[in-house]
Order: sequence, then structure tokens, then C-alpha cells
Amino acid sequence: MRNKLLYTCAFLFSVMIIFQACSNELELNYQRYFVNGKGLYEKNCQNCHGPNGEGLGKLYPPLTDTLFLSKSKSALACIIKNGIGEKITASTPRSDNAMPGNAALANIDIAQIIVYITNSFGNKQGFYDQEQVADDLKGCD
Amino acid sequence: MKHLLLFVTAFCLLTACTNQTNDKLPILGEREPVEKIVDGKTVVDTIYQTVQPFAYLNQDSIIITDKDFDNKIYITDFFFTSCNTICPVMHRNMLEVYKKYKDNPNVKILSHSIDIKYDLPSRLKNYASRLGVESNKWAFVLGSRDSIFNVAAKNYLVAAYEDDADPQGLVHQGWFVLVDTKKQLRGAYDGTNEDQVKQMMLDMEKLLKEENLDEK
Repeated sequence: MRNKLLYTCAFLFSVMIIFQACSNELELNYQRYFVNGKGLYEKNCQNCHGPNGEGLGKLYPPLTDTLFLSKSKSALACIIKNGIGEKITASTPRSDNAMPGNAALANIDIAQIIVYITNSFGNKQGFYDQEQVADDLKGCD
Repeated sequence: MKHLLLFVTAFCLLTACTNQTNDKLPILGEREPVEKIVDGKTVVDTIYQTVQPFAYLNQDSIIITDKDFDNKIYITDFFFTSCNTICPVMHRNMLEVYKKYKDNPNVKILSHSIDIKYDLPSRLKNYASRLGVESNKWAFVLGSRDSIFNVAAKNYLVAAYEDDADPQGLVHQGWFVLVDTKKQLRGAYDGTNEDQVKQMMLDMEKLLKEENLDEK
């Protein structure tokens, strides 16, 4: 009887450890994405969108609208990679309402930026990995 | 006795510091000595670099000239509306200055666009109003290639030029230059650096005091 109790305890303990290890890995990945995303944000996004995602007047939109971000989450990868708004071409070399694309960013970079943005500035939307970015990019216009 | 000595030294040191902060701002730029004869004696006077007369079109398609800045102190910089590198950072900082001096008629801001081909007044107006600037305290101006690159940039000692190697074709420095009522340059601050812009606002207070423009 006593042995059985001990076995159960040991079993539960090992299950817990395995579970912990898994969630730790997810947590670790999240942390890794977040930290790298912060660096990429500072380099690629911060000039316009600001250090606190506050944007600048009506020139550059803020990134603090949690509802918008969660609603258009699958479009974020396309926006970051391809830009949005009036495209810049030879006949319209300047555009007032466009965000330039960032074609040089790899999927992993985009995922990291998305994790950083959607978990900063008052947003808390969890992890988002590069496989999802690859999927989302297939749906770009 | 020892303590008294210490106290006196500390006091002297402290006043020395405060005296220093009350010093006038330096006058920047070129200068040349001139000899004049006053009351039969030769006196050496210094002529400082001043901003040359100018005329630009602003965001309301109105010509503004150096006369609009008479008896005012102003800050000036170089930017263009489609710039997405340092300009948003500069103007995020400049917006704070604008807000602080919104109701002070003695302070103005002059931003020169270096995108002489595309930054027409309509675009400048669009930029200004989307930035939240509705008054003419902050002028966004357009000039000819010559007047912007050769005159303005040299007047204010800011490097600005067209460069095909740059992705946007235009290169400029992010200085905010502080100009006094005599059109002399009194300070240059990195407009992308929040701390330097704070320092600039402190220096503006100093300059307003020096120019006796602070009461009102």
C-alpha cells in the first residue's frame, strides 16, 4: 500500500517534470523571439512607430490597438514584408500614406517582430512562430 | 575652524557652478575681427556669422522671409516628408518643443525640406496637419535647389545633399540649430537625441532671458 503511494507520487512527479520541460521550451522560445524582436523593431520600425509604439500624430499609426492587431494578425506578416498603402513606383515616387515594405526580412525575423509588437505596448497576445509567418505570407495580395 | 573653511570652500565651488550656468550661450560659426576708430582710439570688434536673407514658400503657399523671424528666436532643421530614417525621430522630438512654445510668440520653428522636387506646399501641408501642427509657428518650407543646399545648409552649418547611393537619394544631418534675434547661431543639438533636445529647451530659456523676450 505504502509502496503504491510512493510509486504514484514518483510517477506524478516525473509527469510534472516532463510537462515543465515542454512549457519551459515554449517559454524559452517566446523569450528568444521577444528579445530578438525588440532588436529588429528598434532597427526597422522604431523610427516611425516610436520607442513605445506610440506612432507620430497621424503620420505613423500607433501599435497599441490590441483589437486591431489581434483581428489582423494574419495580415501582419504581409504588411511588414510588403508594406501597405499606395505603392511606390516610377510615376509615383513619393507616397503620403504608404508604409514601405521590408523584403529583406526573413520569416524568422518577421515572426520575432510580430512577437515583440503583439506582446509590448500594452498588447499580450502570446507566441507566434515562423511557420505561421510562412503560411500567412502565402495569403498576401 | 576647519569646518568653517570647508563650508566656505564648498560655498565658493557651488557659486562657481551656478555662475557658469548663467553664462551666455556661445556664438557659433565664422567670425572676423574688424578695427574701428571710436573717439580717436582703435577698437577691435568682432563680426559674427549671421543667417543671410531668405525667402521660401511655406505649407500654406505663402512666401516667408527672414523678416518673419525678426525679433524672434527660432530653431531650424532639414528634413523631407517621405524620409523614414531620422526625420520621424527628429520631428517626434521637435513636436515636444512646438507644444511647449505653442503660445509663445517669440519662438518659431523653421523646417527646410530638401526634397525640392516633390515636397510641394500641398504635401508639406498634409505632413504638418498630420503631425498635428496647425499654426504658422512651425513653418515647413520649400526652396530652390540652390537656396536649400547652397545657402540654407551653409548658413546653418548643416550638411545636406543629394546622393544617388542613398536608397532615398537624399542625405542630411539631424541638427537642430538655435538662432537668436540677431540671426546669429547660438547652439546646435542632435535632433535625434532626446537628451540633447531637452538641453536645447533649457538653452532656449536662457536665450529668451538674454534677449529680454521672457516676460510676456
